[in-house]
Amino acid sequence: MIDTPTKSGALPASATRSNRSSAPAPRAGWEHFAHDADIGIRGWGRTPAEAFEQAACALTAAVTQETVIARSKVCVSCSAPDLELLFVDWLNAVIYEMALRRMLFGQFAVQIEDGQLQGRLWGEPVDVARHAPSAEPKGATYTALKVGQDSDGIWSAACIVDV
Amino acid sequence: MEISRVVQIDPTAWRLEPSGAMRVPVVIYADQGLLQGMDDKVIEQATNVATLPGIVRGSYVMPDGHWGYGFPIGGVAAFDPDQGGVVSAGGVGFDISCGVRTMLTGLTVSDIMPVQKRLADSLFRQIPAGVGSTGAITLDAIDMEAMLAGGAHWAIERGLGDETDLDRIEEGGRMAGARPDCVSDRAKERQREEMGTLGSGNHYLEVQAVVEIFDSTVAGVFGIAKDRVVVTIHCGSRGLGHQIGTEFLKEMVVAAGERGIVLPDRELACAPINSEVGQRYLGAMRAATNCALANREILGHYARRVFTHFFPNAALSILFDVSHNTCKVETHLVEAKRRELFVHRKGATRAFGPGHESLPAALRAVGQPVLIGGSMGTGSYILVGDARSEAQAFSSACHGAGRALSRHAALRQWSGRKIIDELAAQGILIRSPSSRGVAEEAPGAYKDVGAVVAAAEHAGLARRVARLRPLICVKG
Repeated sequence: MIDTPTKSGALPASATRSNRSSAPAPRAGWEHFAHDADIGIRGWGRTPAEAFEQAACALTAAVTQETVIARSKVCVSCSAPDLELLFVDWLNAVIYEMALRRMLFGQFAVQIEDGQLQGRLWGEPVDVARHAPSAEPKGATYTALKVGQDSDGIWSAACIVDV
Repeated sequence: MEISRVVQIDPTAWRLEPSGAMRVPVVIYADQGLLQGMDDKVIEQATNVATLPGIVRGSYVMPDGHWGYGFPIGGVAAFDPDQGGVVSAGGVGFDISCGVRTMLTGLTVSDIMPVQKRLADSLFRQIPAGVGSTGAITLDAIDMEAMLAGGAHWAIERGLGDETDLDRIEEGGRMAGARPDCVSDRAKERQREEMGTLGSGNHYLEVQAVVEIFDSTVAGVFGIAKDRVVVTIHCGSRGLGHQIGTEFLKEMVVAAGERGIVLPDRELACAPINSEVGQRYLGAMRAATNCALANREILGHYARRVFTHFFPNAALSILFDVSHNTCKVETHLVEAKRRELFVHRKGATRAFGPGHESLPAALRAVGQPVLIGGSMGTGSYILVGDARSEAQAFSSACHGAGRALSRHAALRQWSGRKIIDELAAQGILIRSPSSRGVAEEAPGAYKDVGAVVAAAEHAGLARRVARLRPLICVKG
């Protein structure tokens, strides 16, 4: 039985649900942006936690464009002295679990309190035939790293991921 | 890049004099077309590198330079520990000791063609490649320590390589100064089932035909001739290297912040070579180098096994195995004095010229083989180190073609299936678990590797010996 992801009654961020192509611009979403050798990922939402969840969706979408089923849950935690370092730590925690468990994750729930992040990831083992995974993320970098809030109060979190 | 930002020295050398916090000039080796094709971020990143403590002589960019993270890809920088020099985890990158090995098969194209398809299928079955793949080897704690200390020697002791290979692998197949105790349990855990796996992205195993010889004397010494077939493997230290890079980057960023050091880019996080964290990183990085050397030795062994099945007399001897994401201690001549420097090459190949003491006896007279990976369609090159490169860039050269288009842009432009079919029509068989991965690595997404190596030759970094064309490409 899977612990069904809930956060304030909202669905968790899903790697197959949304990106910037929908109009008008959603309050939460993710996108990829270009980098010469690697790939840029950006997530946004009403809180830093939601932006982090969305960015993790972008990370998964760099590997597969297929649906990832929430068959099992993995918990991670990390801490860092500021939100930007915490963001890179969060992505690297997800990358570590992907690599170690040979899994892909499609749904994410994040809570941040006092520089401590608790994350829950829902996913399934890589199925090469179905997921047709492309590049394997090696690590999140501090290049093009930005976590901030725009004038409408929307938080975004972005960086380059080495693939 | 706007070329007015740099001063042209000659047709393939451009210079930006130090200003502000820069300690040394930036020197870019490229022809005008390659320079114009480089992102503005390349010079920004090379300029940032030029500000690091203890940097010696210059912040160099090779002809395949492109926007990386921290250092540009194609970046070379040497640091003197006695002048406060630093070691940078970002200057080595996540894929520590990623590199290339080329093996001679002794076969000709006409030997391969009748079995090309079966050989491609067999290599694809035998070489674990792509996201989620696992190797046939699982390391326990004792084996892990032995592998991290022993490199290719460890693989050979396990029956996964050949003693005669060691002479043709950098560092004799084992990087000295490795400290497995400096590698975290998480990094070791990430590597437990990854030995003998190719990885994904731009990593590959190719069967290649020699299609053009530029220098027949050196080609003779290397054992290559037109229509001969070689096997080339491009991969690195897998999950272990990625995790070490991740952990030390964070440690160095936090430590810099605590010491009040302002980094122009956090990815440049570094520590003095003569510091506790600097030494710990070097110990871990060298262990990761051994992991990469062991991994390529095992993949070479698998390739041998497949070739022996089709060609019982094929021996597959190594031409050379060279890494292009490294920090190595080397002696260089600076203002007529020999100095021991820590040379970072991030997407750049060591390229020792003729006579260098570290080269195996059979190659010493001509220089080090410099192996340049191109794209699946356009092919690759074998170069040889040029004595002039010592003065140009601490004996360094390019490492590949360099991307012209991002993965993002490549995906919008090409379909993997179409590329596989088009290349098959040209006699190049692609085997990959991911058609999207193939699209991201489309030949058109890369710069003209011919222009890159011509610029490297003109600049005195390395000379062309042979051009290779793929017959089979196994991609992760």
